[in-house]
Amino acid sequence: MTTAHITVDHLTMAYGDFVIQRDLSFTIGRGEVFIVMGGSGCGKSTLLKHLIGLHRPAKGQVYYDKQNFWRADAEQRIKVMRRIGVLYQSGALFSSLTLAENIALPLGEFTGLNKAEIADMVSYKLALVGLAGFEDYYPAEISGGMQKRAGLARAMALDPEILFFDEPSAGLDPVSARLLDDLILSLCDTLGTTIVVVTHELASIFAIGTNSVFLDPESKTMLATGNPKKLLAESDDPRIIQFLTRGEGRGDKQKGVL
Amino acid sequence: MRKASSTQQSEIVGYTVVRRDTDTNASLEVSGQWLRDARIKPVEQVVAELESRPVKRLSILPVELADWDSRLPSYLLKIADYCVAKAIELDVSAMPQGVQDLLALARAVPERSGARRREERAPFLANVGNSVLNLIEDSRQLVIFLGELILAVGEVLRGQARFRALDLFIFVQDAGPNGFPIVSLISLLVGLILAFVGALQLAMFGAQIYIADLVALGTVREMGPLMTAIIMSGRTGAAYAAQLGTMNVNSEIDALKTMGISPMEFLVIPRMLALVLMMPLLTLYADLLGILGGAAVSYGAFDVSITQYYHEITKAVDIVDFSVGFFKSVVFAVLIAIAGCMRGMACGRSASAVGDAATAAVVDSIVYIVVSDSLITLILNQMRI
Ligand SMILES: Nc1ncnc2c1ncn2[C@@H]1O[C@H](COP(=O)(O)OP(=O)(O)O)[C@@H](O)[C@H]1O
Ligand SMILES: [Mg+2]
Repeated sequence: MTTAHITVDHLTMAYGDFVIQRDLSFTIGRGEVFIVMGGSGCGKSTLLKHLIGLHRPAKGQVYYDKQNFWRADAEQRIKVMRRIGVLYQSGALFSSLTLAENIALPLGEFTGLNKAEIADMVSYKLALVGLAGFEDYYPAEISGGMQKRAGLARAMALDPEILFFDEPSAGLDPVSARLLDDLILSLCDTLGTTIVVVTHELASIFAIGTNSVFLDPESKTMLATGNPKKLLAESDDPRIIQFLTRGEGRGDKQKGVL
Repeated sequence: MRKASSTQQSEIVGYTVVRRDTDTNASLEVSGQWLRDARIKPVEQVVAELESRPVKRLSILPVELADWDSRLPSYLLKIADYCVAKAIELDVSAMPQGVQDLLALARAVPERSGARRREERAPFLANVGNSVLNLIEDSRQLVIFLGELILAVGEVLRGQARFRALDLFIFVQDAGPNGFPIVSLISLLVGLILAFVGALQLAMFGAQIYIADLVALGTVREMGPLMTAIIMSGRTGAAYAAQLGTMNVNSEIDALKTMGISPMEFLVIPRMLALVLMMPLLTLYADLLGILGGAAVSYGAFDVSITQYYHEITKAVDIVDFSVGFFKSVVFAVLIAIAGCMRGMACGRSASAVGDAATAAVVDSIVYIVVSDSLITLILNQMRI
């Protein structure tokens, strides 16, 4: 068992009075590829917002290592936040900056590198995600898949300990999605980065996931946590099996009932 | 088929008949053409018929059912919902396979409990209450925004604020030089109008020479700062709200926050600085053009020589008047930046929300400008400045 990197303890999430999920407890280990899965609208992106400091929990705690993330004062929270990188569902590149400037922004703010060193670093990060030579393009001038990859390059700019992805393969063709998965895996292997991925792509879930949590929109809580392959093999909750097999069941095909 | 349907609209009819088989069983016979423009009895009537004598089991039977499109499954879905609510057993097995499959698909994912939001027409008092609550919420946001802004300004004064010098340069360029043409036009015209309106009155008792006093004082103390501020709120304040609003829609502001960069320092401060630096200069420029406009009117239409006009002006306004205008323009700059940036940062996540934010920014800033102008004038008057 790896050591815990992020611990979520009885977390309840709500927008105003509208509870999205309640009583989530799970642990994300160091170096794991952790999958947050569940049907669309069940609160996966919301969970991410709670983990990266954009939305305060209605109840419950989030710990980074031993540090209570939401109890800490703003300054300490920002310190934690500098150790994480986030790839947003939409890419969220700064549309008024070129790709190079996007990636250079955190480097310029938080490192002592000089201009030339930053430029080298930017080129290296862009090359890592297969965008060498696109330094001077604006986000609007490249395709959606390329924006995703540029967003990844920016998320990795400061070599974060934890990378968060919100539906990285949404809107990508299967080959690009696969390449992105491979990229995520190799990052995890070579840099030892902990990775948290929100996705409902079964192919990705089984290809890269080493641990997971399953959110259910109906009961508004988590149904299970653990390795997705194990969940598929061992779980006896029909909702999980249905999700992980695209509704076909474990071998015995269920008939639709009216 | 399509042609026939448009020329002979009255011909297309779908029929429903509720038939009672036993005391507890009923059947609903559907026949005819169930197409988009067919005339069909409203589903509510069928439901009401069923309601009048409750049953345990309802079968839907096709009788000479000719054509059907989405009209049929959507009709049946309503009936199915009714049956679920009343615990009536529904049998659609006699219907065409396509209808059965579509119905099954439509009902495969049960409606999320609590997901539906009703758009209810709220009563008048509730509307009043809501707008008061909105007002309170708006004020709360303003206070929070101001607090964060003051902290950020503190960082600036300590020389620790993080923003890109290039951004500041671009905003300065945009708020200053790019605003020249419109400011020139408006202030020249306002000067002309002021002079003309005043001159007509003054000329009645031969005091045309005092046009200079009127225009100079009016422009330097009031119209210069006010008109510049109103132009800038429409030009720049609205632009700030739209820029920040779009960044919000695109999660760019979230991205900044998670990078540990304060959006207040990075986005708001350079915009506010640019306005604070540029507005006083623009105002001075507007004053100059307003006075020129006045000169044109007095020289052209009322026979006041340029030297006389100039002399009169040097007597009429002094450095205090210019300082008052200068002070006002700084205050207005801060207010425009606050209104624009706050509305932008609080923008919702849709295209129309960005539009609303821009509108609200302009409305807010004009209100702030006029109210603060009145207050400043009142206070200065009390202090006899
Ligand atoms: N800013 C918001 N305010 C209110 N409700 C929201 C907001 N964002 C999302 N929701 C609601 O929260 C639920 C979960 O949304 P989200 O976390 O985006 O789901 P997903 O699992 O698809 O990422 C949805 O029902 C959505 O309507
Ligand atoms: Mg989502």
